[in-house]
Amino acid sequence: MTEAATAIEVRGLLKRFPGAPAPALDQLTTAMRAGTITGLVGPDGAGKTTFLRTLAGLLSPSEGEVRVLGLDPCAQSAELREQIGYMPQKFGLYEDLSVLENLTLYADLRNVVGAERAAAFERLLAFTDLAAFTGRYAGKLSGGMKQKLGLACSLLGHPQILLLDEPGVGVDPISRRELWKMVRALAGDGMTVVWSTAYLDEAELCDDVRLMAEGRIRASGTPRELMDPMVGRCFQITQLADSPRSLLHRVLNAPEVIDGAIQGSAVRIVLREAEVFPDLARLGAGAEATFRAVPPRLEDAFISLLGGGPGGDSALAQVTQAREPDPALDPEGIIQARHLCKRFGAFQATDDVSFAVARGEIFGLLGPNGAGKSTTFKMECGLLKPTSGQALVMGLNLEHSPSQARQQLGYMAQKFSLYGQLSVRQNLLFFSEIYGLTGETQRFKVQQMVETFDLAPFLDTLAGELPLGFKQRLALACAVMHEPQVLFLDEPTSGVDPVTRREFWNHIHGLANKGVTIIVTTHFMDEAEYCDRIGLVYRGRLIALGRPDDLKQRCATPERPDPTMEDAFIALILEAEHE
Amino acid sequence: MNDPSIRNAGGAPNGRISGKGISMRRLLALCRKESYQIVRDPSNILIAFVLPVILLFLYGFAINLDVSLVRLGLLRLDDGPAAVSFEQQLRGNPVFELHPGASQAALQAAMSRGEIRGMVVIQSDFSSKWTHGQGAAIQVLTDGSEPNTANFVSSYVQGAFANWQAARAPLADGTPVPGLDLRSRAWYNPATISRDYLVPGSIAVVMTIIGALLTSLVVAREWERGTMEALLATPVTAAELLLSKILPYYVLGMVAMVLCTLVAVLLMGVPFRGSFLVLAGSSTLFLGAALGFGLFLSTTLRNQFNAAQAALTAGFLPAMMLSGFVFEIGSMPLPLRLLTRVFPARYFTSSLQTLFQAGTIPAILVPNDLCLALLMVFWLTLTARKTTRTLD
Repeated sequence: MTEAATAIEVRGLLKRFPGAPAPALDQLTTAMRAGTITGLVGPDGAGKTTFLRTLAGLLSPSEGEVRVLGLDPCAQSAELREQIGYMPQKFGLYEDLSVLENLTLYADLRNVVGAERAAAFERLLAFTDLAAFTGRYAGKLSGGMKQKLGLACSLLGHPQILLLDEPGVGVDPISRRELWKMVRALAGDGMTVVWSTAYLDEAELCDDVRLMAEGRIRASGTPRELMDPMVGRCFQITQLADSPRSLLHRVLNAPEVIDGAIQGSAVRIVLREAEVFPDLARLGAGAEATFRAVPPRLEDAFISLLGGGPGGDSALAQVTQAREPDPALDPEGIIQARHLCKRFGAFQATDDVSFAVARGEIFGLLGPNGAGKSTTFKMECGLLKPTSGQALVMGLNLEHSPSQARQQLGYMAQKFSLYGQLSVRQNLLFFSEIYGLTGETQRFKVQQMVETFDLAPFLDTLAGELPLGFKQRLALACAVMHEPQVLFLDEPTSGVDPVTRREFWNHIHGLANKGVTIIVTTHFMDEAEYCDRIGLVYRGRLIALGRPDDLKQRCATPERPDPTMEDAFIALILEAEHE
Repeated sequence: MNDPSIRNAGGAPNGRISGKGISMRRLLALCRKESYQIVRDPSNILIAFVLPVILLFLYGFAINLDVSLVRLGLLRLDDGPAAVSFEQQLRGNPVFELHPGASQAALQAAMSRGEIRGMVVIQSDFSSKWTHGQGAAIQVLTDGSEPNTANFVSSYVQGAFANWQAARAPLADGTPVPGLDLRSRAWYNPATISRDYLVPGSIAVVMTIIGALLTSLVVAREWERGTMEALLATPVTAAELLLSKILPYYVLGMVAMVLCTLVAVLLMGVPFRGSFLVLAGSSTLFLGAALGFGLFLSTTLRNQFNAAQAALTAGFLPAMMLSGFVFEIGSMPLPLRLLTRVFPARYFTSSLQTLFQAGTIPAILVPNDLCLALLMVFWLTLTARKTTRTLD
């Protein structure tokens, strides 16, 4: 029975890629029990994918031992392959094949034939709700449907082990929950599931969690075990006299606090030691302010493990000069979207999207991949021409406005858009020149960015070889070097570890306090809380617009008085679909 | 949602053994998938069926090594019977369009404007020299900035002059000489021969594009889209993977080959004098080598853009320049001549030219086919060695 209890066992697993300075997996030793869901959590580059590929027998270990169902995945791959279902990050589907053709292909490859196949198809199609779409090309499915089809393909041939590589990334929250229920049902029937994810809230639902960073397992245990040390250390400060943003800034600098975040009109903090509180009066929280204990989250445990958050100061904000508002501009409409529509062929990417962003405001665009948030974003900064409607920044249409207007604008693209073959110094010089900085000013600003973002040790490193967190810092540095009044950030925090995410939001808050108007997209629901207002984008339409607290309150029910942002999003999607 | 039957969605375990060799079912499934992908991607159809027709017509009509009508300036400074007779000889030749000029300067100006391609000067003493057998000569001036045309002009005029001399010979020495040498007419109008020679060569170029360029994309595409990972996680074997890439593209290539041959013979009137069976055999060997080369690039580079670049540079360009399609291998310097031997297009071009123009000549075809077979084995073996079951 010990054989059944441990489905996966790894001892001293080390994986080194040729040319890489550090091993991708460094001395992993762990075991996973049969019939459980184990979450592998960590930022990009932590080694999650490499670990899963090693378990699937797709990569051979450089050192150490791997046993899946008692077999060596590389040497005994032939016996093991039919026992393992593996869904890679992009789901492994052929976009130009229909749902049924994809299923048939994988059934043939996995030796599922005859009556057995007919029965399997029938069950899987019902299970995944895809029975009505068997003739549709996989490329034409929504993200959630692709994910389910990918799951169905990996479930063919009765695997005992199911390896899922970031199945929830960028998928809408409803599909994510449905997928979760399916996987839970599979585990209930004895399947061993390994689920890798960058979302810590997703990992909280797993039976067992491995927190990974830089190729190592930093912590193992059930979510409860991992969160236990955080009990008595998580509190909400409510009834604030001032804005939560300014309190957060001060409270993060208090020595008693290791992490903090805005939650609507309140501030959530994590204490260094249980029940050792900062002095609210000294922090200027107001006479009414009180502490309210809240349940710990896995993210708290992870941040605590990583040594706490980055404090409350933004070095960037400190070197940014506050700008006087331009009297010629409407302070309530620095960024405006007026009935924006964008059509790609028959596909309506955005449909009548309107909003306005005030000076110094942080406006978040939220939504699953393909919902239209990036399209809206690109029309707003003049990179895409709207089919109809107007996109204005500081009263100007950037699509055909002079370059002086663009001089006022900073843009950080979703994908790393710096020159990977140039060093950090060369990138900074290049972007400063593009924005017309020369001579003494240029030297001064480049030096300032190097100091602000701690880039000094990497000046001669090629940008493409930087660790992910530093790549993002460099990208932000290049976007703000010319002190723009408006900042466009497209998923600035996707894939980075939670501490770097905190640091980023410190910068964003700091800049907003100096009067910079910021528009940001994200698919982390909890990050919406950092925004002053958010717009929820779903299937090309702006289905809700408002302050995070207001949106959550709209969905509060007697059973669920305190909904999360994700609850709110799901409720709002359902509401929009009923209309 | 809590359906207990899901666990057995794939059916009951029955301990099948797999992993070694080739399973016909898996191979068929993979080939079917590949075929769907070929048929559903319009760019494949474009490259396999539309591009060949366009290229054949382009090479067949636009690249023409002959000059059909030469605008020729004439300065006749002699009114004697011999000079007039030679002018009539030139006027009577359909290749020339004569532009008589008043002076050498005027004609030179016309040539520099591009109105004429060359000029003939008949000096004032031409007739008297001819009559007295003192070696009458004409002067031909051509536009050296277009060497190809210049060559044609001068050789055409020389030919015309030689003909005229031959026809007038009886007058000079009093002995009648019968008729003209009719073979020289082929010299004047070689247009059809040029096409007959170019079209088979361009078929080799087209087949290189289909064989190497299309296949350079297919494996890299699986890597880029993340489907290779999913395939490798199934019981599929390396041999099945490789065969599933070769077979559908072989069929596609052969269909394109049939199309090319039909277009060449039926639409462009290029004669075919060899055996179709031998043509099919040679094409198979060539496609094997080209596919092997394309797949090798795709498998090692794992990136569609890089693989396509490499296929164009190392496949298409040599097929154009080093296959003997346009530039004769015999007139290349030795190092280049040796280099041509590693490109399959060289052997295929030679075989095609032979089959179309001359017929089934084993002395040429057998060595060509042997070399193609060798190259095919080389590239396919290399690709097979590079096709791994892991991502390492």
